[in-house]
Amino acid sequence: MKALQVIDQAFRTTTEEQDDTILWLTQSMRGAGGHLTVLLSGHAVYYATQHQTQPALTIAGWAQTQPANLPRDIGNLLHSGVPVFAVTEDLEERGLDRQILLDGVQAVSRQGLVNLYESVDQIWQW
Amino acid sequence: MSNSKTLTFAFMDPPFESERTVTFFRLLDAALEKNANVRVFAYEGAVALSFSKQAPHGNAVHGLNREEEAHPLSKDWVAALQQKATGKGLTFEWINCGLCVDERGVNDVIDGCGRGGPPDLWRYASKAFNTLTIGTR
Repeated sequence: MKALQVIDQAFRTTTEEQDDTILWLTQSMRGAGGHLTVLLSGHAVYYATQHQTQPALTIAGWAQTQPANLPRDIGNLLHSGVPVFAVTEDLEERGLDRQILLDGVQAVSRQGLVNLYESVDQIWQW
Repeated sequence: MSNSKTLTFAFMDPPFESERTVTFFRLLDAALEKNANVRVFAYEGAVALSFSKQAPHGNAVHGLNREEEAHPLSKDWVAALQQKATGKGLTFEWINCGLCVDERGVNDVIDGCGRGGPPDLWRYASKAFNTLTIGTR
């Protein structure tokens, strides 16, 4: 069974959880033998252009020491065999250049989504 | 497990925050109504849906005491769905993401709800007729 993880909601509790919860879920299920692909769409295409950790939170005397590291997490997914795609038009609408995509992340057009969707058994829209 | 189809649901919203929660429970009810076995993976805030220490309260604005207000509790909805499934000879399984439970301190859950992790979602989905994911917004 193959599942496509469609991540459309970006920066959803990344500060509190210190990661993206669906990237984390995907990595965990990959570790359990799952066959998964990630599609970044909407605001989540920003993930494909992050090249540093998220800013660390400080509240009064409390300081965060392990802020989310999205480039690391996406890199780990790619390294573990999870393909990661970002929707070209969603990048362009946000003024993001395809050339700054993280290594290994593939741009896919909206038209190309048809083949991507048909390549899996289940599509999980998060 | 009966011969009925099995549907897997993954849900992220907590109780008392969004109409998605109500819709999610109505979908579960509808699935049972159509004789589907149901498996739920509760992720993030959704782990509080089965928290056993949820308590009803009165509502002074409504002018109703606790009994009169009969405030809805999601743990009761889970229990009702469990009972419905049992009555129809269907299965109704519910697993909470354990790390999400720990973060929120909602370890006390009603009977019939278990603790697990993402591999359980993958196991559920792999054996299901289909999977519906409902993320937070």
